[in-house]
Parts: sequence; structure tokens; C-alpha cells
Amino acid sequence: MLSHKSTRLALLTALAVACASVSSAQMLINGAGATFPQQIYTKWFDEYQKIDGSVRFNYQGIGSGGGQKQILAETVDFGASDGPMSDENLAKAPRTLWHIPTVAGAVVVSYNLEGNPQVNLDGPTLAAIFLGTISKWNDPAIASQNPGVKLPASDIIVVHRSDGSGTSFIFTDYLSNVSPEWKQKVGKGTSVSWPVGLGGKGNAGVAGQVKQTPGAIGYVELAYAHQNKLPFATMKNAAGIYMSATIDSVTAALASATIPEDFRFSMVNSPGTTAYPICGATWLLVYAEQKDHAKGEKLVQFLKWAYSDGEKYAAGLDYAPLPDSVVKRALERVQTIKY
Amino acid sequence: MLTPATHVLMSQTPSSPDPLPAPSSKGPDLAFKWVAAFAAGMIVLLIVLVGWQLYAGSRMAISQFGPSFLWSSQWDPVQDKYGALPFIFGTLVSSLLALLIAVPLGVATAVFLTELAPIKLRQPIVMAIEMLAAVPSVIFGLWGIFVLIPWLRDYLFVWLKHYFGFLPLFQGPIYGVSMLAAGIVVAIMILPIITSISREILRSVPNLQREAAYALGATRWEVLKIAVLNYARRGLFGAAVLGLGRALGETMAVTMVIGNRPQISASLFAPGYTLASVIANEFTEATSDLYLNSLFELGLVLMGVAILVNIAAQIMLKSMTGSGPIKVN
Repeated sequence: MLSHKSTRLALLTALAVACASVSSAQMLINGAGATFPQQIYTKWFDEYQKIDGSVRFNYQGIGSGGGQKQILAETVDFGASDGPMSDENLAKAPRTLWHIPTVAGAVVVSYNLEGNPQVNLDGPTLAAIFLGTISKWNDPAIASQNPGVKLPASDIIVVHRSDGSGTSFIFTDYLSNVSPEWKQKVGKGTSVSWPVGLGGKGNAGVAGQVKQTPGAIGYVELAYAHQNKLPFATMKNAAGIYMSATIDSVTAALASATIPEDFRFSMVNSPGTTAYPICGATWLLVYAEQKDHAKGEKLVQFLKWAYSDGEKYAAGLDYAPLPDSVVKRALERVQTIKY
Repeated sequence: MLTPATHVLMSQTPSSPDPLPAPSSKGPDLAFKWVAAFAAGMIVLLIVLVGWQLYAGSRMAISQFGPSFLWSSQWDPVQDKYGALPFIFGTLVSSLLALLIAVPLGVATAVFLTELAPIKLRQPIVMAIEMLAAVPSVIFGLWGIFVLIPWLRDYLFVWLKHYFGFLPLFQGPIYGVSMLAAGIVVAIMILPIITSISREILRSVPNLQREAAYALGATRWEVLKIAVLNYARRGLFGAAVLGLGRALGETMAVTMVIGNRPQISASLFAPGYTLASVIANEFTEATSDLYLNSLFELGLVLMGVAILVNIAAQIMLKSMTGSGPIKVN
């Protein structure tokens, strides 16, 4: 899929270069960072190329850590991160560095039970499973939420991500939010010290282990679960309603989340009645004052396009678009970028 | 240094028309010597630079944790507390398991190929082994997840637990992903290099050795044991060390089957974690400075482990000389 995409991009570039023999050299804007939004960003750059052939975007999915480091060192024109930057890292920026949210995604809890029943879970139960305090599928805490579901007396085998990832960040952010014990013992981060369980590499590694191991439970991105038809649990949200993860329930979570002025927000367990609780946004990291006038201008034009036209491509790739209220605020922020 | 034959050969090259060895023919000689010395020096320099870079990248972690980094078992990026012990343990145990499985298999294959197999069969088998070396490690990892691990979990591990469960090595819950699974996958990956080198070494055993043993009335097995394997044992040991070097640094396939849990357990059924795997897994998303520094220090530790293992191997190799009935070089 990726190679297909890059071939297409290469072909497109070759075509653009061939056609643009009259125009001057193409401008190249470099970005690097999170891998989770890479698909939508690649799509955006593809589509934007058709509108403005004079600029080409080059995005490298090197991970959020790398994205933050590179934008701080100003070796790229924009960075990207799945988690908001820490105060400590943000203080290292030479000038004002802004977080601009682009899309959101959900993390779902997949499991391997005979007959693939639909399982309901609430936050404290999920935290207890990942803490190891609930270790059997027929534990009363699980059974009481799932009347009529036949739960086996077998051990729960916990599977988590072994590689540092935004998915783990969102998941542990949620567990910290719903369980004081999790918050105190483990905390949130792209990698944490897991109290129990096995580590799988990437979404594929976790999904593979869950699929292979009877009684396993693990978490993966919604997009991955959709594309691979994995069963996943409906989660009890802050309003007390069991919600399944869909594009709409994630956008609903964003709409009801509290978003501060600097856009460094967490949207887990947000209060909306139709909100899915385990989700998070992803951000572009852009300097408020652009050093290069021409590049800054193109970057701002692109961002405006992304919010007006780009968001519609999100749902097709299993990302949740931002609700109008957030788009409006983000656009206002983009318009203040100086170049 | 030069044998008379090479002198004659060199003096006949067009660059020196003089039929007698003239002083001017030393020019290219000297130049070649320096080029070769430069190439060798570059390798040493490269290793020194890599070591320096790893040290420079991990200075903050070194000053923060000191030597306790080596024996601390905590790895908690949230609290910013790091220790390398479970990773060192995992690296050594998985590599040694791989060697225990791969060396007997590799040497036996090499013996079969050089001493026993019909000539017609040899080339196809050699090709198959070389193909094995060309398979990318991620393929071995995927095969491990989808084919090997279910089989291990449902059959081999259950069998081992049933018959050898009294040993601490084969106790505890069976997940499939485990130290033993990693050892088996790495064993398959280092098998080609061990087999190829062992085969070359066995082929270099002079036929005179075999003939002499036969002449003394030895059976085929005795010839093999006394004249071939004993003669070649230093070389075979070297093949094992090369295999070990590869096993220590193997990353991708290991991380896919080992379970990635930083713990020290006596059971081979338990998950583990290796130095190379944790670096590959966590490097991209490491944001805090101390975290990155600690990952760099793990790299430094891996380099140290590799150097120590090699030194140990050299010492063992030295002690092997002259102890046997046949003295080699």
C-alpha cells in the first residue's frame, strides 16, 4: 500500500516535473514526525499537488519524538506529533511554536473470545485488566456489564504495543483519566512500564498476537481494526453510555472536549453523550513566525486548504475529521502565522 | 616477505620493463601496502567513532545513573528511570539458545555435505542453505508469529512442560511468544553462516589426514571424529563465534517473537526483551532527553557485550591450541 502510494507520488512528481518545464524550480517543503497521520497527510499532499503544482511537500514518518526534535532544531519546515509536546520540550523552541490539530483517531480494545461476542467494558474495568488485578474473563466486574454473554473462566492475556507509539499514548492517557491507581502506578506516555502482558510490534504485532492467542485482549487503532475486521469492545463513556468507536463518535468526543488556547488538549473520556472515550488528536508543529517568506506563504495556503477541503478525505481513511467549532479556531490560528 | 616467484611475476609486469628486480618496482608495492593499511585503519576508526558517538549520545544517562544502569531492572519512560539488566539478560540468553540449537545442526549439515552426501546432492543443498541466508529477517518474524509460535504453544512447549516440567526452565504459563521462540528463530537465521563456514573449514582439512586415519584401521565415524572434526575444531569454534555475533545484534525477527517484556525469568517459556529490540522499538517516539540518552547507552552496552563476548571467544580459542592430539598452526 505504501509502496503503491509512493510510486504514485513518484509518477505524479515526474509528470509534474515534465509539465512544469516552463515554470521555475519547484519549491520543496519538508516535514517529519508522527506515523499515525501519515496516510492522510500523504493524501493531502497528493491532492494539493493538483491544485498548486509549484510546491511539493515531503513528509517523513519518523515518529513523534523525531518530529519534535527536528522542528526544534529547525531542520524541517513543519513537525508532526501524536501527543502534545511537554512543557520541558516546548521551552526549548527558539521561537513560539504552535500546535495545530489536524485529525483525530480512536483506539479500540480488541479481544479473542470464542464465538466473537460483543463485549461491553467500562474504564475502571479496562484499567484493572491492564493492571493485572482482573485476570479471568468471568470476573464479576466484566460479567456484570455483559449479561447474556458467555464468558470463559480462562486467563486474560494482555497484549500491548512494544514500540513507542501515539496509540499507546492515547490508551494510557485514557487509563490514567479513569483510574487513579493506573495514574499513580503507571502513568501515560508513548512507552510505559506495563504491569502485565506481552508486547507486540506495531498494530500488526498486537493484532497478530490477539488473533493467535485465545483469551487475549489488546488495543489497536480503529483504522487497523476496521481494515482487518477485528472485533472490538463498546466502551462506557463519561455520560454512562456504551459507545462503539466510529468516525462520528470520535468527532463527537472532539466537539465536547475542552480545548485550551494553545491546542494542547487531551480528548479522552470527554463528556458528550455520543462520544467514544478512547481517542486523541494529532498535531502539526509550526512556528508562529516563518523564517522563509515564500515557504511560509505556501505552508499557510496549504493549511487553509487542508481545513476547508482536506478534512473531507479523513473519514475515507478512517480518521475522524475535526468538528466545525475546532476547525474555526484552528483556522484563526493559522491566519496569524507571520511570514 | 615476497617469495622469489612473486618477484619474478612482478618484474614481468609492463610497468617495470627491467627484467631484473629494480628499486623502482618498490613504488607500487609500497603504494599498495599503504592503501591496504588505510583500508584496515578505516575499519578501526569506524568502530572507534561509533563507540565515541554512542558515548557522546549517552553522557547524560551515564552521569545520572552511573554503573547502576547495568544492574538496575527498572525501565520506566514515564518516571524517567532506566536500567539495562533485563535487556542484557535477554540478549545473552536468546543468543546462547540460538547457538545451542544452530551449532550442532550447522556442523552436522557441514559434515554431511563434505564427508557423507553423494556428490550430486551437495550443490542443491548448498544452494538451499544460501537461499536461507537471503531471506529478510522480517519474513522470519512473520513466519514465527503465524506458523512457529502456534505450533510451539500447542505442541512442543506442552510436550516439554509435560516431560521436563520439573526443571525451572520449562515452568510457568505458556504464551507462545517467549525466550525459547526467539532462540529458535535466531538459530534458523544464523544456521546458514555457521553451515557455510563450517563446510569451508571441513573442506580445507587435508585428505592426508583422512587417509592416515583410514590406514590405521579407523571406522568412518572414527575418521570423522579423530581426523576431521578434531583437526578442524578451532575453525568450527570460529564459525560459532561469527554466528554468535550475528545473533547478538538480531533485531526485527526477535522483537516479533520474544514478547518484549523486560523481565528476568528462569523459564524459557516466559517473554523477554533484548538490547537491539528495545532500541529499535522505542527510539522513534522517545521525546525526553534522558530517555534518548538511555537508549543510546543501551547501544553502548550492546557494543560492550559484543566486544566482551569476542574477547572471551579469543581466550577460549587460545586455550584450545595444542591441547589436543593434533597441533594446528
